[in-house]
Amino acid sequence: MELFTPDFGLIFWMFVSFAILFFILWKWGWPAIMKGVSDRADLIDKGVEYAQNAKEQLDHAREEADKQIAEARRQQADMLREADRMKTQIIEEARTAAQAEAKKVMDAAKVSIEQERKEAQQQFRNEVSSFALDIAQKVVRNEMKDEKAQEKLVSSLLDEIEKQN
Amino acid sequence: MKRNILAKIAIALIAILLPAGAMASGHEEDGKKEGIDAQGIIFEHLGDGYGWEVPFNHHKRIPLPVIVWGSDGLHVFSSSRVTGHANGGVWRDGNAEFKIAGKDSPYKGKVVEIIDGKEVKPAIDISITKNVCGIFIAVLLVIWAIMSVARWHKTQGMKGPRKMTGAVEFVILFIYDGVIKPTLKDKAPKFAPYLLTVFFFILVMNLLGLIVIFPGGANLTGNIAVTLVLAILTFFITNIFATKHYWKEIFNPDVPWWLKYPLPIMPIIEIFGVFTKPAALTVRLFANMMGGHMIVIVLTLLIFIFAAMGPVVTGATAVVSVIFSVFMLCIDVLVSFIQAYVFTMLSTLFIALGQEEGHHEKHEDSAKHGEVQSAAPAAHN
Repeated sequence: MELFTPDFGLIFWMFVSFAILFFILWKWGWPAIMKGVSDRADLIDKGVEYAQNAKEQLDHAREEADKQIAEARRQQADMLREADRMKTQIIEEARTAAQAEAKKVMDAAKVSIEQERKEAQQQFRNEVSSFALDIAQKVVRNEMKDEKAQEKLVSSLLDEIEKQN
Repeated sequence: MKRNILAKIAIALIAILLPAGAMASGHEEDGKKEGIDAQGIIFEHLGDGYGWEVPFNHHKRIPLPVIVWGSDGLHVFSSSRVTGHANGGVWRDGNAEFKIAGKDSPYKGKVVEIIDGKEVKPAIDISITKNVCGIFIAVLLVIWAIMSVARWHKTQGMKGPRKMTGAVEFVILFIYDGVIKPTLKDKAPKFAPYLLTVFFFILVMNLLGLIVIFPGGANLTGNIAVTLVLAILTFFITNIFATKHYWKEIFNPDVPWWLKYPLPIMPIIEIFGVFTKPAALTVRLFANMMGGHMIVIVLTLLIFIFAAMGPVVTGATAVVSVIFSVFMLCIDVLVSFIQAYVFTMLSTLFIALGQEEGHHEKHEDSAKHGEVQSAAPAAHN
């Protein structure tokens, strides 16, 4: 059976062909592929690791952000409370200041009113005194129409001066 | 749907009528044609040849160089000189005369030198036959396929390969990670180039064999010489790189003493085993691929065998045969892959057997491997 008898020529060429094929692939084929595949595997590993780290960091960042937000809220609340406190304080101060001011104004008013009253009193007195002088002048002029009366008066005045000295 | 059914009926009708017509004309031309030489056709298709058939023509062949070392030295001439019918198929090259031996000759189908009217086989016949040419084509295809992946890795860097490159890379990794690495462990990189080359070479040869016309059609892996060379290479690699422990297990295996002395039964069996392994490799691949080809050829030949029984029977046989042939070819595509896979797997296994260390060392080694492996997934996955 020719099917079962290997032919020398075919064995020869098969061996040569395989040797060439093997040499080419051994030299330029498989090493490049194996290196490429393992490099790519490394890259993917690195990528996965990086992604995991990034995810972790992201989770962490969210936590951090939450924490910071909470902190900010707390600070905000504090500040509001502080502001509230300051507001009341300011209002209180303002009220005190206003009261003091009002008192001052009132005092000044009182003083001025007093002064005016005094001035008015003075004026009134002056006027009254001038009226009184006028009236006295008129009375004196009436009474001092005769000489006797004048002499009497001068003598009484002189008496008075005498008494004084 | 309707159109589809009509098309199917039309094809069936054509299938039935064509052979009828062909036969009618055939009978007119060639009255004496009675039956066909099925065996001859089968062996012609399974075997080698000095030219490459072209479709639809029995006489024209793609000529290939014939290289023979005759009685007076080297002769190189085109195969068309001897396959043609010119000059009775005898070619005079210098002082030597060559022809292809006839059916009755012991060198049937080979180029022989005619010396004093007798057919003498040339000392060396390294003609580029159909199969040799097919091997060259397979080599080129494998180089092209693998180098495209290698080139991708060199030029495209870390990008994932697409299309054919991706498919080839997938198969490479399938064999490397699925077969070579689990069996050979840390020795995998050392033997992977040979095993991967063998796998792709066999796969491409298998698939080329399924293509009916040029550049396929050569029954490469269904030829015992091809599988023999591959098996012998595995045999040499197994034994050249084998460890001491492997040889100790062969000549002084770990069995009760009376199996070794006075009659060395086990060593004989073991030594026998060394040679049966490559023999099994050779025959397995050869028989599987040849069987597949033979079934397809026989199914096709059935049409012509039944041709004697009238056009209707021929037509019906044609339809059935074609359906079965297509089915067989589909299975053969699967078988092509499986056989390449099995050959690689067995080669890997045989090489791994030759790499075994002693039992004590082995335990230590396996412990070490365990560590390495437990560390490896972290690095590789």
